[in-house]
Amino acid sequence: MNNKKSKIKLRIEKIVVSIVLVLGGLLVSIPFIWMITSSFKPESEILQVPPTLFPQNPTLENYINLFSNMNFGLYLRNTVIIVLLSFLGLLFNAMAGYAFAKYDFKGKNKLFILILATMMIPAQVTMIPVYLILNELGLTNTMTGIILPGLAAAFGIFLFRQFMATIPDDLIEAARLDGANEFYIFFKLIVPVCKPIFAVQGILTFIGSWNSFLWPLIIANDERLYTLSVGLSLLKGQYANNFALQMAGAAFMVVPIIIIFAFFQKYIVEGFTMSGMK
Amino acid sequence: MGTVKNLMKNRHPYIFIAPAIIILTVFSIIPIVVALFISFTDLNLKGLADWSNISFIGLENYASLLSDEVFHRSIFNTFFYVIFGVPLVIFFSLSIALLLNYGSSLLFKIFRGVYYMPSITNIIAVAVVWGYLYNTEYGLINYLLSLVHVDKIPWLGEPTIAKISLIILAVWKGIGINMIIFLAALQGIPKMYYEAAEIDGANRFQRLFYITIPLLRFAIFFVTVTTLIGWLQFFEEPFIMTKGGPLDGTISMSLFIYKNGFQFSEFGYAAAGSFVLFIFIIIVTLLQFKLRKSDTDY
Repeated sequence: MNNKKSKIKLRIEKIVVSIVLVLGGLLVSIPFIWMITSSFKPESEILQVPPTLFPQNPTLENYINLFSNMNFGLYLRNTVIIVLLSFLGLLFNAMAGYAFAKYDFKGKNKLFILILATMMIPAQVTMIPVYLILNELGLTNTMTGIILPGLAAAFGIFLFRQFMATIPDDLIEAARLDGANEFYIFFKLIVPVCKPIFAVQGILTFIGSWNSFLWPLIIANDERLYTLSVGLSLLKGQYANNFALQMAGAAFMVVPIIIIFAFFQKYIVEGFTMSGMK
Repeated sequence: MGTVKNLMKNRHPYIFIAPAIIILTVFSIIPIVVALFISFTDLNLKGLADWSNISFIGLENYASLLSDEVFHRSIFNTFFYVIFGVPLVIFFSLSIALLLNYGSSLLFKIFRGVYYMPSITNIIAVAVVWGYLYNTEYGLINYLLSLVHVDKIPWLGEPTIAKISLIILAVWKGIGINMIIFLAALQGIPKMYYEAAEIDGANRFQRLFYITIPLLRFAIFFVTVTTLIGWLQFFEEPFIMTKGGPLDGTISMSLFIYKNGFQFSEFGYAAAGSFVLFIFIIIVTLLQFKLRKSDTDY
């Protein structure tokens, strides 16, 4: 009897929790929903009071204008280049993580602490000197200048090290006895074993570089190197009152990330569990 | 000779770490030294063109900061953001994580994604969309308020309201990542603790306050430290939404540094400002660790 009662109570509790979650989720999603529906409205409809929830005369005009009035094709190309090249950084982090996890060498601990210490340095402190250094190297206003400073990340190295430390040493020793050289071991043995951590880091790298804004803005002086973020902020300034066009630009940036995220959601959550965040 | 031979034999780890170490050294470690050095100079555009125009001015930049009204304003605003923003982020991300941990059906998985979405969304896109929502004349928020007969609110047009508007936006964006950290921690708590408590007759709130929260201590600590550091560097929201205005009402320390560095090209002055911010961050972080030390661990 008592058991049955508490079962009903649990049931009700679960329904209440679900309702709260759904309502909160809808509230959180309003900006996304509003962005997407507004991006299909013609310019006249967007300033209408009261506003319409769904476009009465849906149009693709705003999206077409992104490419005809603005240079979004170019911005997209630059963003894709940045995303692809930042995967090189993923490799650098993995290599460093591997060395710290599986080798004994002089200065290992000191270097690792030094790397971790860089996590504490706020971006605002290094922003100006990094700009001055790139300026001295003649790399301002170049793609290299945009990508280079972000190629190594302490947190990434740390996560790779944590994961790779769990690989049994015997596996590596056996390969060495078979005469495999160190690079062969890393690329053919370690990298495949580390797929899960590569997946997590890969997604985070993709999201980070796709969204990169401040550094491209500082380094790129001419439009040729603008990324989607920089282009979108330009659009916000130039078409301040054309909200339909702004929403289309925003949706163009956000939707690909949401799709990628929907596919790989599982890995992101697992990644945090993997890092031992308990 | 022997050491060279040794180094050749043990060269592999060094080759593996070389790219990352070189990049971090050039773009993270050397810059700290450079920043400290230029904070004692009057480096600006003229100095950038010709190094002979740079002169060493001692603590003058720091002295000017002390009497700079805008800098004072930026410190005040930064603390305003931190004091309201950080507790809100922690409260919401923990509450949502607790709710999400309640079930494992598809519904819960989908909504985990929904709550995480804002944190992976591009900040410019966020600013563009919220700028429209906040618009005084055509914005959705003022329209919804007009339905319940609330007058138009200048969401970004009045210094204090604008600060609050930016906090709402940043909390919305900041929940996701912290929620995931809490969720991962919650899933690491062994079920038997709850079963034992239930047998002892502990109710839901007792279980929350005597089991869950103490066991989440490390996650809460981690989230607090990272969120605090993040909010002390509050930058993109005011930079894009309000450019620090109206009347410097939303300018943060980071934005002050950026403006002086990259808009007025006063690199020396901006570097001095960035060190003041750095010192604030170090103090706050050390304080956190100190408070944690006095805490017993489980």
